[in-house]
Amino acid sequence: MLSRIIGILLISLRSLWMHRLRSGLTTLGIVFGVASVISMLAIGEGASQQAQQQIAHLGSTNIILRTVKPPDQEVADASQQTIQEYGLRYADTERFRETIPDAQVVVPVRRKPKQIFYQSRRITAEIVGTVPWYTELVPIEVLLGRFLTPMDMHYSQAICVVDETVLDHLFKFDDPIGRDVKISGEYYRVVGVVRDISAVSGAQDDTSLQSSAQSNGVSGAVYIALATMKNRFGETEIQFGGSTGMSGEKVELSEITIKVPSMELVLPTRVVLADLLERHHKKKDYQIIVPLELLRQAARTKRLFSIVLGSIAAISLLVGGIGIMNIMLATVSERTREIGIRRALGARKADIIVQFLSETVLLTLVGGLLGMILGACIPILVTVFGKMPTVITPGAMILSFGISAGIGLTFGLYPAYQAANMDPIESLRHEYPPPRNSPQDIVNADTYNNLPNDDAKSPKVQDRVHDNEFPFGVARNF
Amino acid sequence: MTSPDAKDSDRQGKTVVTIEDLYKSYMLGRMELPVLRGLNLSFYGGEYVSIMGPSGSGKSTLLNILGCLDKPTGGRYLLGAEDISTLDDNQLSAIRGKRIGFIFQSFNLIRQLNIIENIEVAMYYQHVPKHQRRRRAIMLAERVGLADRIKHRPFELSGGQQQRVAIARALANDPLIILADEPTGNLDSQSGAEILEILNELNAQGKTIIVVTHDEQIASQTHRSIHLLDGQIDRIQSNGTGE
Repeated sequence: MLSRIIGILLISLRSLWMHRLRSGLTTLGIVFGVASVISMLAIGEGASQQAQQQIAHLGSTNIILRTVKPPDQEVADASQQTIQEYGLRYADTERFRETIPDAQVVVPVRRKPKQIFYQSRRITAEIVGTVPWYTELVPIEVLLGRFLTPMDMHYSQAICVVDETVLDHLFKFDDPIGRDVKISGEYYRVVGVVRDISAVSGAQDDTSLQSSAQSNGVSGAVYIALATMKNRFGETEIQFGGSTGMSGEKVELSEITIKVPSMELVLPTRVVLADLLERHHKKKDYQIIVPLELLRQAARTKRLFSIVLGSIAAISLLVGGIGIMNIMLATVSERTREIGIRRALGARKADIIVQFLSETVLLTLVGGLLGMILGACIPILVTVFGKMPTVITPGAMILSFGISAGIGLTFGLYPAYQAANMDPIESLRHEYPPPRNSPQDIVNADTYNNLPNDDAKSPKVQDRVHDNEFPFGVARNF
Repeated sequence: MTSPDAKDSDRQGKTVVTIEDLYKSYMLGRMELPVLRGLNLSFYGGEYVSIMGPSGSGKSTLLNILGCLDKPTGGRYLLGAEDISTLDDNQLSAIRGKRIGFIFQSFNLIRQLNIIENIEVAMYYQHVPKHQRRRRAIMLAERVGLADRIKHRPFELSGGQQQRVAIARALANDPLIILADEPTGNLDSQSGAEILEILNELNAQGKTIIVVTHDEQIASQTHRSIHLLDGQIDRIQSNGTGE
């Protein structure tokens, strides 16, 4: 049985090999179809994994509150000389800690871009004023020394922890621990070095999930105790310039992050938080970001993305399949006589179906395999040149290969069925269309053989008689 | 040549084909066009018969029915013990493969297969195991004098050689009857004579051969010539060489 299957496939291969160019071009449709399915899915998967990683980095059990500047018309209402006060306050932090039992960790953060000096070098980095338990929200890896401690907090110590970017800029060759850096005219002792958060979360994202400061030429971060920051920088910032002369802003905190113990508690807690904030803030000067919601949204987006890309690719596979059916129909009609011969020699309809179906399936399987190879290469190229992450899943491979085999069966069935149902007498009598200087006939010498002898053939045709099957006319009567 | 197939000797003189009141018509639109109008014929094992007649006399229709490619509209056709008119398509295919050897005017070899594979095709559809198939195909190729050409493709052979391949293929499943349709029609006289020589030898070894021809000379070599006219038997001429 197995040897018979192999025999059938070998014979199919031979028939296909006779029309190498045609078979090759037909296969190409499937090759590109399968390759596009695989690479589209890989690109979609890569994009979604990246987004999910970034969101997961924010923490799926976290709720992030962020200070935003209230809408413009209120700014205009306020006198331009006075100081505008907005944003999250220390009081909010306390309120959350006291009124929301599920708030496991409450981390207030204040961010401010500043220039940092060490000897002759300087860098503009973000000063992150925060609390020691900041590390419970963000997985901060301490490379050297230590992170902030409750003691630093309590005594408003003038110490700081720098990240790798700052380290590389300021301390090319020196050991940073114990050195003093200058920020806004005051000195801070470096007690630790931590890994870049941005390095952990992958490329700098464009989803505005990170703090806005990072986009305007600020690189690196310096962590200092929040208490120190409050004491040394104050909360008011005066800006000079513009047509109005002077304007001021007072912002206590840039961010408060609340961590709840489980994902189920995220959404209820969010509702409580929203209520609480609404009651104590006259203006809408805050924003609530829920990574879990973003995560779910990203999953939805991913599904949609995959469906869109997948259907585009599926259409191209369909087109490839139709191309195959087209060619197989042409092949069947071209080989009508062969079908007649085989039927006369005892082939059942099923034998004919198997023969043509195996040719189609072979075409699509070869196309599918080549498509898988190509489909595995394209995402690599996209990653290398397009700087986009791609993930090839085994599922995508199996799916597209299965689809291509399915297409071979589906689109091969009709031509094979047609071949099987030809009347053996008619097909034995079948002649090829009369050739009249069409290029096809020069290729296909047999065409001449099947011409009836009624009109004089050109001498050129007579010369070919030796490789013809029937040089002197055709049996019209059998 | 090697000895004839053993079974042929058992068939000698026995009826292998019986046609009773065979009727065949085609529908042309609503008009019924009768082609064969009540034929009664018998062929015997080891007989060499020619069927003759002008165009339109129904020769090719008769041959199609004899070859189980077509079914009669009325009457009976018994091949060996089987009534062909009651069989379905698959059974007809099996009968064609096992009981009938075709020799066509235009040889009808399959282009993409070489000589040995062309001979094997008929056995392939009867599920003869590969090694057995190959052995018999080589034996048959030797029998028609093409042992040195078995790896060639049809278009690399002359017409006469191609027709010899076709004869070898017709013998592959040791059929009850061999149907030859103008077997020399596409050949020059030299090759034609060679083919007739082979057919004569086969008949001498006991094969039942039915040949359709226009050629009086071919017909004269057969035992009986059946002349058709307008779908009926015009006359049956005994050529006195056999029986």
